[in-house]
Amino acid sequence: MSRTYLIIAEHRDGKLRQVALEALQAAVIASGDGDSLSAVVLGSQLDSLAGELSSYPLSDIHVIEHDSLIHYNAEAYLAALSPVLDSVQPDAVFTGHTAIGRDLAPAIAAKLQAGQLSDVIAIEPSDGQIVYTRPLYAGKAFEKKIVQDSRSVVTVRPNNIPAAQPTEGHQARIIKVDTPANSLRTVVKEVVRKTSGKVDLTEAKIIVSGGRGVKSADGFKPLEELAGLLGGAVGASRGACDAGYCDYGLQIGQTGKVVTPEIYIACGISGAIQHLAGMSQSRIIIAINKDPEAPIFKIADYGIVGDLFEVVPLLTREFRKVLG
Amino acid sequence: MNVYVILKQTFDTEEKIVIQNGKVAEDGVKFVINPYDEYAVEEAIRLKEQSGGIVTVVSVGPERSAEALRTALAMGADEAVLISDDRIPADEFVVSGVLAAYFTDKSYDLILGGNFSVDNGAGQVAVRLAELLGIPHISSIIKLEPSGGSAAVRRDAEGDLEVLEVSLPALFTAQQGLNEPRYPSLPGIMKAKKKPFQQLSLDDLDVHTGALEPKTSQVELFLPPARQAGQILQGDIPAQAAKLVELLRTQSKAI
Repeated sequence: MSRTYLIIAEHRDGKLRQVALEALQAAVIASGDGDSLSAVVLGSQLDSLAGELSSYPLSDIHVIEHDSLIHYNAEAYLAALSPVLDSVQPDAVFTGHTAIGRDLAPAIAAKLQAGQLSDVIAIEPSDGQIVYTRPLYAGKAFEKKIVQDSRSVVTVRPNNIPAAQPTEGHQARIIKVDTPANSLRTVVKEVVRKTSGKVDLTEAKIIVSGGRGVKSADGFKPLEELAGLLGGAVGASRGACDAGYCDYGLQIGQTGKVVTPEIYIACGISGAIQHLAGMSQSRIIIAINKDPEAPIFKIADYGIVGDLFEVVPLLTREFRKVLG
Repeated sequence: MNVYVILKQTFDTEEKIVIQNGKVAEDGVKFVINPYDEYAVEEAIRLKEQSGGIVTVVSVGPERSAEALRTALAMGADEAVLISDDRIPADEFVVSGVLAAYFTDKSYDLILGGNFSVDNGAGQVAVRLAELLGIPHISSIIKLEPSGGSAAVRRDAEGDLEVLEVSLPALFTAQQGLNEPRYPSLPGIMKAKKKPFQQLSLDDLDVHTGALEPKTSQVELFLPPARQAGQILQGDIPAQAAKLVELLRTQSKAI
């Protein structure tokens, strides 16, 4: 029996997010011969975005354009998606485990009476079933799950599933969808973009993270400089956030965000269990700490025992030499 | 104002995870109110202190969850409800359905919950519940100011700040930064013992059997491979910095 998959393709600043292509790839892995894949994009002025998507392995792309969709609004997005869900009748919906995906997916799952697999890091077909791997306790443990005989909604964690590749010469059909008129109970008054031009923490390939050892908000400056040079993002431990040195939005750990970058540089972070849960799946971990006994060194690939205010600027200088 | 808080009891975040007989072992583990739910409890109590009303805390979970509810009562919540029944599987579809059944005959202005639980981390139950109840939801809030029939809300969206207004009743999930939860005071703990505490089973709720069938199931539970300690670099700091960048290029091929 052929199945239909719907990918909600997220975009930002006029570009497809990497995680949208990862969600698409997840659907590609889950699908079999004869299954059909559709995508949906919401927002305004989406022509070039839909064009970009059309070369990927999709049969059609539903484009929903409306002023009420420029900023994310759960109610407006759900109402706009409703006719697409009705016409596509997806067996499975895939999207990113992002601010939008985390918020939207459970509502869709409830609407479809579907099972949901959140924050999925791997997908493999096995004996006619699709097996999804996801973290528990922020990565202190993992579980493999299957969906019982029902529809499903899947959110994939950024940076874990390879991005889908365009198919040469392929052209997906683009379908414009009208938004139903309705009165919304939720109004977005203002969006303050604090992250404009910055690399999203969960999607960053390199993270330079600070703990209590940075000592102040100003103490993050050398870390920001290094992250900027490497095209990475700045993160923080709970200690640094609780001390008021930075925004909670930067917190990495069991409370906060779980990240899996290529390189994680922990500066002045001792390595509490709750922090390790959020970053120990990074490919390479570098620890910089004055205390040679700090637990972070037990899981670090490379350690430098020293004052981060001395080490980090020197590292920045060395990287600059290499990267030109 | 009538405020409900849905909460879950979870492991303390400093606990290590041990798997025994295919399950996460709970022996000797310190349990807490899920940290995100704790912000929700605190916010509900603050709203009550400002403008009156009743705060009811509700949990679906095993008997041990009673302790988390009692902590919430000691913080200042007025009433607690524990829905505990072995027939309820750990599946978000089912748990949200059970909660929806509980809320059917309740009247509420706000329902608060946590952004996600630090154990399962799926972040589904609260949002599913809002959808099942047909009320709007705003997740990951860092500020909440109800007035009249609506609420002004600030929401954290991956570091960006969104300012919203929503009509009530509505459901909100708490993000870090919403408030600083209080510790229960000794008089609070004493008072909590006399506050209404209701325990319900499925027999008390109108949940049909189909709604108890889990939509997902676990086929394997495992611990990640332990990370080995790598090398501590030696020499003076400038030499170590240069060595590290070289190792990242040659050994790890990361840059």
